[in-house]
Amino acid sequence: MKYIDEYRDADLIKKQVQKIHEITTKKWAVMEVCGGQTHTIVKTGIDQLLPEEITLIHGPGCPVCVTPLEMIDKALEIASRPDVIFTSFGDMLRVPGSHKDLFSVKADGGNVRIVYSPLDAVKLAQKHPDKKVVFFAVGFETTAPANAMAFWQAKQLGLKNFSILVSHVLVPPAMEAVLDSPFNSVQGFVAAGHVCAVMGYEEYEPMAKKYKVPMVVTGFEPLDLLQGIYMLIKQLEEGRYEVENQYTRAVKREGNIPAKETIYKVFEIGDRAWRGIGVVPNSGYRLKEEFSAYDAEKVFSDIANIQSIESELCISGLVLQGVKKPHECPAFGKECTPMTPLGATMVSSEGACAAYYNYGRYRTSVG
Amino acid sequence: MKNNKILLGHGSGGKLSAELINTMFLPAFTNEFLSPLGDQAIVNINGTRIAFTTDSYVVNPIFFPGGSIGDVAVNGTVNDLAVGGAQPLYISAGVILEEGMPMEELERVVSDMKNACERAGVQLVTGDTKVVEKGKGDKIFINTSGIGVIEEGIEINPHSVRPGDRIIVNGPIGEHGIAIMSVREGLEFETAIESDTAPLNHLVQDMLNVSKNIRWMRDPTRGGLSSSLNELAQSSKKGITLHESDIPVPESVKAACEILGLDPLYVANEGKLLAVVPAQEAEQIVDVMRKNPQGKDARIIGEVVDDHHGYVLLKTSIGGNRVVDMLAGEQLPRIC
Repeated sequence: MKYIDEYRDADLIKKQVQKIHEITTKKWAVMEVCGGQTHTIVKTGIDQLLPEEITLIHGPGCPVCVTPLEMIDKALEIASRPDVIFTSFGDMLRVPGSHKDLFSVKADGGNVRIVYSPLDAVKLAQKHPDKKVVFFAVGFETTAPANAMAFWQAKQLGLKNFSILVSHVLVPPAMEAVLDSPFNSVQGFVAAGHVCAVMGYEEYEPMAKKYKVPMVVTGFEPLDLLQGIYMLIKQLEEGRYEVENQYTRAVKREGNIPAKETIYKVFEIGDRAWRGIGVVPNSGYRLKEEFSAYDAEKVFSDIANIQSIESELCISGLVLQGVKKPHECPAFGKECTPMTPLGATMVSSEGACAAYYNYGRYRTSVG
Repeated sequence: MKNNKILLGHGSGGKLSAELINTMFLPAFTNEFLSPLGDQAIVNINGTRIAFTTDSYVVNPIFFPGGSIGDVAVNGTVNDLAVGGAQPLYISAGVILEEGMPMEELERVVSDMKNACERAGVQLVTGDTKVVEKGKGDKIFINTSGIGVIEEGIEINPHSVRPGDRIIVNGPIGEHGIAIMSVREGLEFETAIESDTAPLNHLVQDMLNVSKNIRWMRDPTRGGLSSSLNELAQSSKKGITLHESDIPVPESVKAACEILGLDPLYVANEGKLLAVVPAQEAEQIVDVMRKNPQGKDARIIGEVVDDHHGYVLLKTSIGGNRVVDMLAGEQLPRIC
């Protein structure tokens, strides 16, 4: 496949691995921020090719994993109503709420549909004027422009039966939360390429300076990741802490300006709870007050008081912060599997626990 | 989370399906023919070994690039017999129709079934039709059963598998699943991919003509390559190693999977077979397969090993390795 295979070329990868080995002299702990990067690393086995001095810590960048339980319970409650068509990206469907997931809501007769684009949810709203169509707007800055656009189109079309349940989170505050944690061991970041494709990386520059931590904006193919890791280790070895861009074919320093404008037209920044981490100040988007008629939390305001119960066994919060590895959890592969997930990190294929379970279980079980 | 209702995932061919069979059906009916949970049961009647199988077909939409529910209903059952080493002979069809289905569509389905029977060389010898109220079916559901005869000396089962044996696939994977997805409501995308639905009995016959030592065969339908090979790893208690760069995945399937966030190893096929054969006969079997149109792209994709028992391990093209697990339920598209 053109433009993909080039970044998976075994010879080029071997050379890049060799270069990393050549420059590594000390122990380094670096975090890949995005779940998509974790997925590539474990799926292709990049972690097995690196020098043993380098520890990869898997970051909190999995939108499914950090969506708070209360929000999932709200989604389940809304989706159960007979007058609702509830639309969501696919991997939210198996995320466990306190008592069930969206698949079981569907089995109970709820009208739950997977959409590939939020604009498909708008189409459904046009097609079914007698139903309330709700879109579960989950994700980081990457999905925010499309979600904002869906809302905007619904508004332009004058649709009264469309609303969005917003649980958008932002990457930089989460990185700061990691760095501020008393358990932090992260010395450098492989920053999330797709988030930066939208937002650019200007906002990372003060953070790198403040915490003296280098960052490399990195893509998602094996060669991207190895090059990003190389650039990061080089900075660490040389004592630099700059923001560099490996993913130049997609990312500009200022980001995608029309996409950012669309976001700011629709959303404003507010505090957000992260599953397993807690409330992080200014870490998410919410719909602007003037659009509250489209805010599912307001449209279905009678669902405000839901008692959410987290599993006592699950340590996904520590996994998301990079403090623990998935297989260090006593429930890993026992009480908690992709079939019976206790936490969201076991559900999404981007979640660190699912990635370890699916691809690395045998490796971890034999050491 | 314990399921107290049937979920769609129970029909995905993954872990939920296995759980349902093992906890619900197997305890009720367990016997020596059912317990191996093969694609077909092998029973002995008056000294003749008969393979017997049944399968129900619920495909949405019923027409798709490269075929229809009529094709897969015949080919699927023919293939379940063929991979048991049997020569398929007779099939039955039970058809459940939904009130309001256009007669013209039924005619097309029946015509596809007729052509598929002729191509496979089987006869449809008994059948049944029922009609359900509008909204209680999805146009048409078809169940087919089939029987075939197994020649003396052929012993296809997971316990025959030995370390060192080679794993063969007869061609590129993932076409059927992607062809169906490309026409599914809400997800229409343009692709040149057609379903690979085809009868495999003639190919299997060619293979058996050069070797009676084929250890195991499966047609990797729902759940794809990974589900079939995981079942083999578990039932044989051996390890399986696959070589990513040897697994034939068409460019267009790769591209669709990239966009949709799916893994081709889990995508359904309707005209593929996996065979485990002794190493010294592998090349010869591949050669004969390549002379048959259904096997022209046949190749060796891995081997059975006396290591990582019960697991399927993939050597990635960049030199790492990973476990290829069975899916829990349906493959879910990712957010970003």
